[in-house]
Amino acid sequence: MQVTIKRTPKAPRQAMPCQLPRARVRNFCEVAIGFTEEQALLEAQRCINCKNPTCIKGCPVEINIPHFILSILKRDYVEAANIIRDKNSLPAICGRVCQQEDQCEALCVNGIKGTSVGIGRLERFVADYQIERGVFASPEVAAPTGKRVALVGSGPAALTAAGDLARMGHKVTVFEALHTLGGVLSYGIPEFRLPKSIVGTEIRQLENIGVEFVTSSVIGKTETVDELFDEEGYDAVFLGTGAGLPYFLNIPGENLAGIYSANEFLTRVNLMKAYKFPEYDTPVRVGKRVAVLGAGNTAMDAARVAMRLGPERVYMIYRRSRAEVPARSEEVEHAEEEGIEFKFLTTPTQFFGNTSGWVTGMEVIDMELGEPDDSGRRRPVPVKGTEHSFDVDTVIVAVGQGPNPLIQSTTPDLKTTKWGNIITDETGQTSRPGLYAGGDVVRGGSTVILAMGDGKRAARSIHEYLMSNGRL
Amino acid sequence: MGNRILEKSLIADGICRFIIEAPRIARKRKAGNFVVVRANEYAERVPLTIVDSDLVRGSITLIIQSVGKSTRLLNSLYEGDELADVIGPLGRPTPLDSFGTIVCVGGGVGTAEVLPIARAAKAADNEVISIIGARTRDLLILEEEMRETSDEVYIVTDDGSYERQGLVVEPLEDLIFAGRCIDAIYAIGPIAMMRAVADLTEPYNIKTYVSLNPLMIDGTGMCGGCRVVVAGKTRFACVDGPEFDAHQVDFDTLVLRNRAYAEEERVALERFETEQTVRFEGLV
Repeated sequence: MQVTIKRTPKAPRQAMPCQLPRARVRNFCEVAIGFTEEQALLEAQRCINCKNPTCIKGCPVEINIPHFILSILKRDYVEAANIIRDKNSLPAICGRVCQQEDQCEALCVNGIKGTSVGIGRLERFVADYQIERGVFASPEVAAPTGKRVALVGSGPAALTAAGDLARMGHKVTVFEALHTLGGVLSYGIPEFRLPKSIVGTEIRQLENIGVEFVTSSVIGKTETVDELFDEEGYDAVFLGTGAGLPYFLNIPGENLAGIYSANEFLTRVNLMKAYKFPEYDTPVRVGKRVAVLGAGNTAMDAARVAMRLGPERVYMIYRRSRAEVPARSEEVEHAEEEGIEFKFLTTPTQFFGNTSGWVTGMEVIDMELGEPDDSGRRRPVPVKGTEHSFDVDTVIVAVGQGPNPLIQSTTPDLKTTKWGNIITDETGQTSRPGLYAGGDVVRGGSTVILAMGDGKRAARSIHEYLMSNGRL
Repeated sequence: MGNRILEKSLIADGICRFIIEAPRIARKRKAGNFVVVRANEYAERVPLTIVDSDLVRGSITLIIQSVGKSTRLLNSLYEGDELADVIGPLGRPTPLDSFGTIVCVGGGVGTAEVLPIARAAKAADNEVISIIGARTRDLLILEEEMRETSDEVYIVTDDGSYERQGLVVEPLEDLIFAGRCIDAIYAIGPIAMMRAVADLTEPYNIKTYVSLNPLMIDGTGMCGGCRVVVAGKTRFACVDGPEFDAHQVDFDTLVLRNRAYAEEERVALERFETEQTVRFEGLV
């Protein structure tokens, strides 16, 4: 069937259909519902199929974007999904959580004069279409090389590396410390932003190409990296253990009950399903007034999860101003629509509790922006005499995470920064031959797609290392 | 792919001993390590001290006292059942050099946690004095095992139903008063007991360690739920502990944080008991 392909770059960008804020704050179902076929076609027509597609340069995993959009216009959605899968093993996940506005869409030619093509939304549409119909192509897998690779962690970096290495013909095993696969995709990002069934489906595609998964295995404890090489006989090891160590503020009262790290709060709800207590055994308690400290993506997730557990007010407390908020603008908009209140240029100084040890309030101080700091952002400085207090009965600390030190402390000759992040070259190679790393354990708190890009690069350099028989 | 229960036995009223298939953990575990156990898909992750291991069988021993829903659920399982997950060995091993004379103090089910330390201390050529106690004779556990590994054993019961009537600190106080040279004390049991031992030994400046049992989720340093205050600093019991210098521990914070979910624990337990009753009546 001949399909006429229209190109309408000046047509308006299609809006993502969403659950209404009033309804969605009462459930954990997905907020963004996804494009209809009509919307996907209208959005795809906005792509002008440039001769020199700049969008691809913005994609850390090098997806052939104009090509998959062309397949959408030909109404061959499965083919479109397969084009993405050729470079990216997790399209339904990236279509939801990737910061496309800072990546491919930021470089879209349409964006120069108008609005860029909604590449991420199209990616999600074709990935969901494929998953709903269960029509997956069997990707080409190279002949077995006889080499074995262990990947530590099962977040976006390790999953990407696992998929690529398996397709290159290597025998791949992924070790996950928790009982559920997915890393931050499972314990961190909430169900309403990334349904766990989607994560499960994408992981099954990796199993189908021979990736083996071992859960509840804490590398550094159950086995060390040395043992993976020397006793288990792995030829290369990739560390994608993420940024799993929560930071606290170290101010008085921080150990009162009712004060959670964002990791603990999100783990209780997302991984342990505390929002279904008592059907699930792990509880979580959210009172009437919740304060979330920080304004990154993790803070937004924590605030929006808290809002769904029935409090009267949820505050986000951030020491800089709106302009410096590190979270995705889409997440900030969603949070505001859901009734989350922002207190900018404010930082906590202490917490108060009652006799049973629960937090009852906090003192904050106003901040103003001074000279730029190392990050290039203006440094917040406290304004003397502006301390004031208000009542809160739940506090979620989301001021950042560092790398978990379990592996670094049990792996000799592995070079790290003073913060404990693993040092690698641009290919992901660490200070030890055969040992690679990528994602947040190298970058500190970063994004899913940059972790995936690291996984991809590391897979390539692991492949070269293995095929040169370790002589690189 | 769960972990099979190879053996289960009731060793005291409400206290069960499990031998669980976990070859990788058995190979690596040292005194002081713990595992995190999840009974099934709906269950909490529960931290439990590894009492013993058997390299030939590839198994570890856990001893569990029925307290809340999660421990009752575990104790309701049978030989041949599988646990959804067993993760470990976690935590820092007990620092055990050849000190000289070591006193191991176990209160209630804490005796199960102090036993591996007593054994490791003995293996490191220390003189081991053990003091174990329970509310009443029927709740006293591991007497024989503690006798096998100790040079001296003192037993107390709260109600005097067996051996000396009193608390575990009393024989310890007697040893100190008698001028026995004690190089280190390991005390594990209820928080009140550990605090009493710490208070007793602090003026004498005897190195004293306690094993803390805060609420925990992942057990790998990821959530910070198990934070405790030691020497004025926040530490994570799962990766920095679980053993800490008893004289530096802020026990008040530990008590309050452990009570945080008392209400939810009551709800879960009631629901569990109702389910158990329904199941039992269904069988009749």
